Amino acid sequence: MRLTLRIWRQRGPERPGAMTTYEVDGISEDMSFLEMLDTLNERLILEGDEPVAFDHDCREGICGACGMVINGQAHGPERTTTCQLHMRHFADGDTIDVEPWRAAAFPVVKDLVVDRSAFDRIIGSGGYVTAPTGSAPEAHATPVPKPVADTAFEHAECIGCGACVAACPNGSAMLFTSAKVVHLNVLPQGAPERESRVLDMVAAMDGEGFGGCTNTGECALACPKGVPLQAIATMNREFLRATRKGAR
Amino acid sequence: MYPALPTVCVMALATRTVRRPSPLATLWRSTVGKKTVMAVTGVIMLLFLVVHMLGNLKIFFGSTDFNGYAHWLRTIGEPALHYSWFLWITRVVLAASVALHAVSAYQLSRRDLAARPTAYAHRRPRASYATRTMRWGGVILGLFIVWHLLDLTTLTVNPRGEAGHPYQNVVADFRNWYADVVYIVAMLALGLHVRHGFWSAAQTLGANNARRDSALKFTANALALVLTAGFIAVPVSVMTGVVS
Ligand code: HEM
Ligand code: SF4
Ligand code: FES
Repeated sequence: MRLTLRIWRQRGPERPGAMTTYEVDGISEDMSFLEMLDTLNERLILEGDEPVAFDHDCREGICGACGMVINGQAHGPERTTTCQLHMRHFADGDTIDVEPWRAAAFPVVKDLVVDRSAFDRIIGSGGYVTAPTGSAPEAHATPVPKPVADTAFEHAECIGCGACVAACPNGSAMLFTSAKVVHLNVLPQGAPERESRVLDMVAAMDGEGFGGCTNTGECALACPKGVPLQAIATMNREFLRATRKGAR
Repeated sequence: MYPALPTVCVMALATRTVRRPSPLATLWRSTVGKKTVMAVTGVIMLLFLVVHMLGNLKIFFGSTDFNGYAHWLRTIGEPALHYSWFLWITRVVLAASVALHAVSAYQLSRRDLAARPTAYAHRRPRASYATRTMRWGGVILGLFIVWHLLDLTTLTVNPRGEAGHPYQNVVADFRNWYADVVYIVAMLALGLHVRHGFWSAAQTLGANNARRDSALKFTANALALVLTAGFIAVPVSVMTGVVS
């Protein structure tokens, strides 16, 4: 396959950037999108150019590092991560636009790399359970009904990739934050911090400069892990409940 | 067994002294809480609009019925309430709702636009359809509310403007093409606003879940359709001479 790429190039934070056009040839349709970028980068390095910077780690769809917006869609046309997106979803001769996540809370570090540490601070504010450290707990000590375990798992699948923020016209982190809140709030292990968790995580989310939710639903369409839009309704319910109780 | 007991106690006390702001402050300061204000005030306005629309349809029973209904509205609650008191209580609640709804919408929209300062070079307009119709539709509705009050409540801009004769004022009004255009455009904006707003309010108030989602969306569409059609029926009937 032969492709024309228009990629956002930006030398560093606070530096101006621009969409820059590259031609790549000899792309196999079995390559992943990242392997296609690797091919381009090998050539750029041989030509003495700066390679395109992008985040990646596991390359198997579980770490959430490989965020980029492809043709206006977070992670591109398929509902998966960029590392699991294959070139067979594009046609020979296509022009493909590649841009970084765009959100005030995710400043560009370089090219396609953004700083997602705002997510870490939201997690730090309440995305944990207080558990005794040391020996592993006895597996049957805290029974969890199967439907509850399923709900918790559905939301625990979030890999913190940030596609929800990138897709949202308001740069809102509600889907991410609600995935974490619901995951822990439905479990008995999360019960002691049920109220403080949602209040603190929503406050941290607002504090990072993410936008509010207008229920457009773009986040859930973009989420590679299928975190449902209703997670946001559940978090809203938990937030109102905690506010009523005037949580300590 | 617990050599560090004193430290543990101090830490526990220190944690406990962290005071949360009052529930109202928590609501107003957070995006989630401010959205709740929008949802609650939106639902109050929506309930009013359903009653208002049904009341308007009384115009098809003639001027005696319609004007009598308008008079009756002022006598609700008598003798516990004095003449017009119920109407004034409703007006205060609605004015407060419109103000809170609009201030929240303005503040949240400012924040949302700031959270996404750079647009994507590759545009997909569909992505912000609901958000944009809600904002522009809301502004249209706000302007319409002002015009509507000047027209049929204070009668300032009404071509007839005779207090106590709403039927005649409505008919005089809708004989003008521009009044029909303003009214119909505003009611279409209302339909779009309610179509997203009703479902959105359920989501904001935490009333939505996977099982209810399609029923709520259906209700939102039905409500939008019935409200718009019901309100538009009046100017259309005057224009076509069904009501005169
Ligand atoms: C005619 C009366 C109105 C009714 C019945 C109404 C109803 C609603 C409802 C139920 C919501 C959903 C709240 C939520 O998402 O939880 C909403 C949202 C909204 N309303 Fe209104 N509204 C009215 C007038 C206005 C006005 C005058 C404005 C303009 C200032 C406005 C602007 C908005 C905005 C910007 C949203 C948020 C949109 C979004 O969720 O993306 N509305 N409205
Ligand atoms: S909710 Fe989905 S899109 Fe958002 S960070 Fe988690 S996995 Fe990514
Ligand atoms: S590189 Fe880990 S999810 Fe793509």
